[in-house]
Amino acid sequence: MLKNLPFALFCSILTLILAFPILGLQLEHKGTSLIVTGTDAGTYYYILSAMLAVFLVQLFKSKLAFAYNSLRPEQPIISQWLPCEEKRQLIVKAVFVLLILTALILPFYSSRQWSDIATLALIYVILGLGLNIVVGLAGLLDLGYVAFYAVGAYSYALLSQYFGLSFWVCLPIGAMLAATFGLLLGFPVLRLRGDYLAIVTLGFGEIIRIMLNNMTQLTGGPNGIGGIPRPMLPMLQFEPEFDIVMLEFGRRATEGGVPYHVFFDVPYNSSMKVIVLYLIALALALFTIFVVQRLIRMPVGRAWEALREDEIACRSLGMNRTTIKLSAFTIGALFAGFAGSIFGARQGHISPESFVFFESVIILAIVVLGGMGSQLGVMIAAVTVVLLQELSREFDEYRLLAFGLTMVLMMIWRPQGLLPMKRPHLKLEQG
Amino acid sequence: MLEVNDLTMQFGGLLAVDRVSLKVVNDEIVSIIGPNGAGKTTVFNCISGFYRPTRGDIQFLDMSVQGLPDFKISRLGMVRTFQHVRLFNSMTAIENLLVAQHRQVNTNYLSGLFNTRAFRRKEKAAMENAAYWLEKVDLLAFANRQAGNLAYGQQRRLEIARCMVMKPVLLMLDEPAAGLNPTETSELDQLIVSLKDNYGVSVLLIEHDMNLVMGISDRIYVINQGAPLANGSPEDIKDNPAVIKAYLGEE
Repeated sequence: MLKNLPFALFCSILTLILAFPILGLQLEHKGTSLIVTGTDAGTYYYILSAMLAVFLVQLFKSKLAFAYNSLRPEQPIISQWLPCEEKRQLIVKAVFVLLILTALILPFYSSRQWSDIATLALIYVILGLGLNIVVGLAGLLDLGYVAFYAVGAYSYALLSQYFGLSFWVCLPIGAMLAATFGLLLGFPVLRLRGDYLAIVTLGFGEIIRIMLNNMTQLTGGPNGIGGIPRPMLPMLQFEPEFDIVMLEFGRRATEGGVPYHVFFDVPYNSSMKVIVLYLIALALALFTIFVVQRLIRMPVGRAWEALREDEIACRSLGMNRTTIKLSAFTIGALFAGFAGSIFGARQGHISPESFVFFESVIILAIVVLGGMGSQLGVMIAAVTVVLLQELSREFDEYRLLAFGLTMVLMMIWRPQGLLPMKRPHLKLEQG
Repeated sequence: MLEVNDLTMQFGGLLAVDRVSLKVVNDEIVSIIGPNGAGKTTVFNCISGFYRPTRGDIQFLDMSVQGLPDFKISRLGMVRTFQHVRLFNSMTAIENLLVAQHRQVNTNYLSGLFNTRAFRRKEKAAMENAAYWLEKVDLLAFANRQAGNLAYGQQRRLEIARCMVMKPVLLMLDEPAAGLNPTETSELDQLIVSLKDNYGVSVLLIEHDMNLVMGISDRIYVINQGAPLANGSPEDIKDNPAVIKAYLGEE
């Protein structure tokens, strides 16, 4: 215990040094100048008690650890409880179907605000899965992923504003445009790896944002583009004549659409437009999950992973790393384009401010938090990160602090991510 | 099948390989030996396209291959291993062998996404081929083990299996016995001979283990300080005074 005394003293003094200027001193305006004043006595007591707490914890650290360990029960071996492989797969499938059903029904019973947040979460799921291809599977550190997201969002906004194209036409176009940008970025960075690649992609992300900011004539510059129409749903109409009509979910009809409450003859519900957007996002997220799930079981998915593991070995096995890398960039960007289009439809107004570097960082954090290469992990992490951001909205500028803290704690407890990627267990087929 | 003439590789002022010529014909095991730093691996890297030779001519299957990118050369049927094992460590043994068959499976995106019958048939064939070779190198029990977690000798064997699933005509092994114990080395010996006898591959081998080299080689090339020193049958090489001098120094 005595051995810990100097360190405990040091820690409590460190607490004082950190806490006193931040909590104990205040800046006040006096005319044009600032003066430093002390705060009330209560705060000083807080600082003192914090110092005492740090001192005591450091002093009795070994004892505390011992007590904690003796309290903790024996860790059970999970594998004993788990049913056998086939049964487990069945259960996983059943749980997945149940989850989808819940996700389908949920918005009708929850508030409009939560449906909106859920839409955002689904957008991040798509983004996370897309970036997971580039970073998690192919091992190419991309810090400018948000650029493709921006391309998707802006292509929907611009195409609908200038050409009046509908969401369903813009969605594939936006995805294709984003994929093209992915391909374009892929070419110059083919030879780069690791840190160098990260810097170039970071630059690319900023270039797109700054371009959007400065091409005022086309993109409205920092003001962005407003009045992006919400997606309409096509619906078969049988009376008075057979036709396909576009259902709208606003109160009044705009060009070419029929409000849903007129069509179905039901009372108008203002949260319907949020719910419909949520359902569209859900459908696209499920589509993304399906495609990515297939991709990782396909030769190209294996090739991505092989490229991450050892590029030289890949070359010796006759694989063309150029096409493999480009396919990872392109397909990753494609999903960002999807996500961007939905984001544009959700916001109704987009500006370059939505596509700052920090956004890339969040998406990357989702991939790292979830566990590189792990599908389920990334999905869970996406939902967690969005929820965390929403819940910590009250803390305002401390939001980032909470975010950073979560990251640090995660990396201490689970450096592999929430659910590290599991290798598929392949059944051998002998000829 | 492989004919190398006057291969020269210069790194700046350093002449790493100086006018080396060698030849491998069908169904033959040819070894390259030489003291450390003699330039053996550089010769390998030049032949397999990892380096662009400064001068020289490389003919493989009556085609001039120097200057071709490495992956194109390996597609012609010339596959190599590395001095330090280069497996895809976090992938399983069987996945390593599936990756190697990238050229043989159906890489069409649509058929993969829709999991068509043609796609499944190709995948099944790749899986059977992989399982076959895992059995050949005695790793079937470790099929779903991560390659990085295998024992060193197993990793070496897996690397050879990974080459063999590609059905090569020329197998280039860079110090396959490095780090193996005597039992493992003699197993490797048998494996290499059986590859030649049963699968019609020629083998080009770099190796320091003289028992292995003398036992299985049909011909041996000796390289010293980048330059060819001698070549011939194992018996010739064993008694060649220049070779003894290069290895043991002068009396």
